Amino acid sequence: MTHRMVNDTAAIEARDVGVVRGGHHVLVGIDLTVPRGSVVGLLGPSGSGKSTLIRAVVGVQQRVSGDLTVLGEPAGSPGLRRRVGYVTQAPSVYDDLTVMQNVEYFARIAGAPGASAADAVARVDLADRAHSRVANLSGGQRSRVSLAAALVGDPDLLVLDEPTVGLDPVLRRDLWDLFHTLADAGRTLLVSSHVMDEATRCDRLLLLRAGRLVADTTPDDLLRTTGAPDAERAFLALIDRQQAS
Amino acid sequence: MSPRLTLATAARVLRQIRGDHRTVALLLVVPCVLLGLLAWIYHGTGVFNGIGAALLGVFPFVVMFVVTSVATLRERASGTLERLLTTPLGKADFMFGYALAFGAAAVVQAVVATAFAVYVAGLDVEGPLWALVVVAVADAVLGAALGLLASGFARTEFQAVQFMPAFVLPQFLLCGLLVPRDALPDALRVVSDVLPLSYAVDAMTTVTHNRTPLGDIGVDVVVLVGWIVAALVLGSLTLRRRTP
Repeated sequence: MTHRMVNDTAAIEARDVGVVRGGHHVLVGIDLTVPRGSVVGLLGPSGSGKSTLIRAVVGVQQRVSGDLTVLGEPAGSPGLRRRVGYVTQAPSVYDDLTVMQNVEYFARIAGAPGASAADAVARVDLADRAHSRVANLSGGQRSRVSLAAALVGDPDLLVLDEPTVGLDPVLRRDLWDLFHTLADAGRTLLVSSHVMDEATRCDRLLLLRAGRLVADTTPDDLLRTTGAPDAERAFLALIDRQQAS
Repeated sequence: MSPRLTLATAARVLRQIRGDHRTVALLLVVPCVLLGLLAWIYHGTGVFNGIGAALLGVFPFVVMFVVTSVATLRERASGTLERLLTTPLGKADFMFGYALAFGAAAVVQAVVATAFAVYVAGLDVEGPLWALVVVAVADAVLGAALGLLASGFARTEFQAVQFMPAFVLPQFLLCGLLVPRDALPDALRVVSDVLPLSYAVDAMTTVTHNRTPLGDIGVDVVVLVGWIVAALVLGSLTLRRRTP
């Protein structure tokens, strides 16, 4: 299957991207392409470099080497700040404000119209808690507030660091449905997760281990080439194969 | 820098302060209690009249310094700062938004503390009362601006808390409250001429003792505003978008 974006630039393009932190190579020689209008999963165990790669893409990571292009501009360019939405791993919203006050603030910063805040809150299924203080919400609800604060600006690229951690299965399914709705509308989503089950919900997969890209593939291809029954075992098979060669 | 984003940030910070009733109570009550205590200690002497006004400028300076350095550290720790720096919000919008919000809180604090000092504690003021309020607000904003600047250098909560004595106490010792600035050793007087709190205390003292103080305090207020702007600009330069 070919994508419809022949004359379009990729959402994210990395060539030999590396990051060194405290003398330690956190990312090494990353080459990848994230096509526009897709949901791309960034999978790997804790400590594999997922958050560092995400921070490099949104332009807050220091000492990034190589070429990293986002929506046609170098990562971190001022012009991208309107077009890229970032959800950090820990919910980054204000505990002492209500859900709506938080989302309204991020809407104002993004220059989004007034009604968009209520819409974003409804999209993450928090309309009934809109006037609760974030401090009184559960961990999963907080991370949805954090997601709403990124959705509200309607960015072309959404970069989400483990947005589904700790959510109940129904909510997780609803969020993945939301991600695909956004992708169908032309948005691109880079979603990290350490839960391998989520691999099958993505259009494409990037598998990261110990700072290196193990695979840039689709869920179907991953299972077919490894012959494994699920993503977890496919991941193991890939690593075994690489260590053998 | 964009006025719209600066104002949105100021409104957000004010909403956070307003939602925290205990902080609001502390901001308003603590200066009054301290001024009342001071007036009581020096009951029957002229000492309170000599230093009461100066302290009216020192309290908001100290309080706002501590509150802003903690607030920005909280933004760093919670990840909201990292997120904000990936949005169209400029670093100066962030800094000036905070300064505006704490400036607005300082107006309320200064009105309450000045009213208490004059009508309850019996402070004699020759000049206009509103001039005291103006200088107190400038002081509070100065405290907020220096707090924002200091927190740029703090990586941990322990460091942030220690910046208070490091930034504030030397200014307090040299501002002319303990020893008149003219009586300081030459080297210290030069330092005292540079530090902003000296101008705040000078202005407060001028308003208490002169019927027409506006010409004299004009210079002091200009110096204070210069320090505020310099601290905020320097603070936004130390704010890093990219971190390790």
